[in-house]
Amino acid sequence: MIARLILAALACLLVAFLLTPQSFAWLFVPLTKNGAPPIYTQTGLLSLTLSHLGLVALASLASTIVAVGLGVLVTRPAGREFLPLARTITSIGQTFPPVAVLALAVPAMGFGAGPTLVALFLYGLLPIFENTLTALQNLPPSVIEAARGMGLTRRQRLLQVELPLALPVILAGVRLSVVISLATATIGSTVAAHTLGEVIIAGLLSANTAFVVQGGLIVGLIAVLIYEGFQQVEKATARRIGQMQQE
Amino acid sequence: MIRIENLSKTYGDTTVVQPVSLTIEKGHIAALVGTSGSGKTTLLRMINRLVEPSSGKVWIGDEDAATIAPHLLRRRIGYAIQGHGLFPHRTLAQNIAMVPQLLGWKPRDISDRVDELLTLFQLDPARFRDRMPHQLSGGQQQRVGVARALAARPEVLLMDEPFGALDPVIRAKAQDDLRDIQRQLGTTLVIVTHDMEEAVTLGDRIAVMDKGVLLQYGPPTEILTHPATPFVEALIGKAERPFRLLSLSHIGDIAVPGEAEGPALPRDTSARDALAQCLWLGRDRLAVQGGGVVTLEALRTRAKGDGA
Ligand SMILES: Nc1ncnc2c1ncn2[C@@H]1O[C@H](COP(=O)(O)OP(=O)(O)OP(=O)(O)O)[C@@H](O)[C@H]1O
Ligand SMILES: [Mg+2]
Repeated sequence: MIARLILAALACLLVAFLLTPQSFAWLFVPLTKNGAPPIYTQTGLLSLTLSHLGLVALASLASTIVAVGLGVLVTRPAGREFLPLARTITSIGQTFPPVAVLALAVPAMGFGAGPTLVALFLYGLLPIFENTLTALQNLPPSVIEAARGMGLTRRQRLLQVELPLALPVILAGVRLSVVISLATATIGSTVAAHTLGEVIIAGLLSANTAFVVQGGLIVGLIAVLIYEGFQQVEKATARRIGQMQQE
Repeated sequence: MIRIENLSKTYGDTTVVQPVSLTIEKGHIAALVGTSGSGKTTLLRMINRLVEPSSGKVWIGDEDAATIAPHLLRRRIGYAIQGHGLFPHRTLAQNIAMVPQLLGWKPRDISDRVDELLTLFQLDPARFRDRMPHQLSGGQQQRVGVARALAARPEVLLMDEPFGALDPVIRAKAQDDLRDIQRQLGTTLVIVTHDMEEAVTLGDRIAVMDKGVLLQYGPPTEILTHPATPFVEALIGKAERPFRLLSLSHIGDIAVPGEAEGPALPRDTSARDALAQCLWLGRDRLAVQGGGVVTLEALRTRAKGDGA
């Protein structure tokens, strides 16, 4: 209950700051030197935040579709042999540094949102894939047996039984992936994508700590709120199928 | 009717079910018993093709099961397993409605059928229809599992240790209910069990398996009085044999004219319970409702398997 109130307060604070950043200027003044501006105004913070979120949403959506698809594929009899390959691909996606992906993608795609999307997409695959795999491999055997025994086709079993039961764990994977992407997206600004990274980089270049802090704070707050939001949805789905008793 | 002809299953080079042939008459109950790993589940699952037979045939009525697509075959055959296998993300009504839905029943007919089954299994539809499986007791979940298997009025019902996880009191109740419902619907039932007691009380025929071989297939009395091999004899438990035989008859069938003191017992009391009463009360005859008595002498004869 108290946790909810704090979260609601944080959300209000965030919205207020994004809508009227100047009214919070006094907070950031102590971080500035030589009368530098306390609030970043080159581009509106709200517009940067929205485009930051848009990039993350788009990349996460693509990661989710591909990773869940891969997870489903390698748990079907016909796709089992692709399991090691899928593991390798998603692990490389996670271990290959996003900065390097940007560097490689810019010559091909030019500056802007494209390279950032690719980097976030690759980086986000692994948690979703691993969770999908774990969830689909650990479904209650008696339920799957019953579904088969009742005459559901493979497709019906997947859509009506396996995926709904795997949903809470898959969502947990998406949550991790989204939160990682939120932070990672900031580096997109090095290749001219519109993200909150722009504020941080501007702060670094002009030695203005206020910019760095406000960029970081916004990203951090959004991450916390999204993390909590996902957890609520996961709990609701898990509770519905009796995997979690009411607290 | 189910006819099994030379049905066998081989994994690699181990044969887990040696060729088995047996017939289960329409409306009868066949109980499959045997030690763990003897191939009961495998035999059962070959009937609805959850396991593809290595050789042999299964006839459901006069249709060769191998000629029906597996998922269509399974929609015609009820299947209930230990641990019930209810879909945890669906309400009880949705669970029961599954196969009728697959078969394309009208929504109206489905919801009528759901209520009918819930009532049949003593679960008030108004209270239980929209509950989730995890909100039920183990015994209730098991009942819904059986109700779900019966939803589309299958001619044949397969059950694999359906009552294995229930406590003895609830289990006895579940067995009684199952027997009543099966009689009422005329379903042909094959039930796998570890429990000889359950096989004797439920089965019209008992099939005894050991190491993939069908050792004996016959009515309970025959299995009890004329076990085909020492293994069968050991499985039925020599010490329990007289009581099992007694549990097969009702006192109404062995009553003789006469008078006895004390309250009269219902005619469908098992001979076993009557014996217990005689011993406990120290009497040698008990009154039977509707006239007549059951004597200790008659019980003794029954316990030896005579006159069955
Ligand atoms: N898919 C399989 N591959 C290989 N061997 C199997 C397979 N399924 C079952 N078996 C073997 O077949 C034998 C019979 O198994 P089955 O499950 O039919 O036994 P059961 O009589 O039902 O035993 P229980 O009473 O323990 O359930 C066992 O030895 C088992 O290990
Ligand atoms: Mg078994």
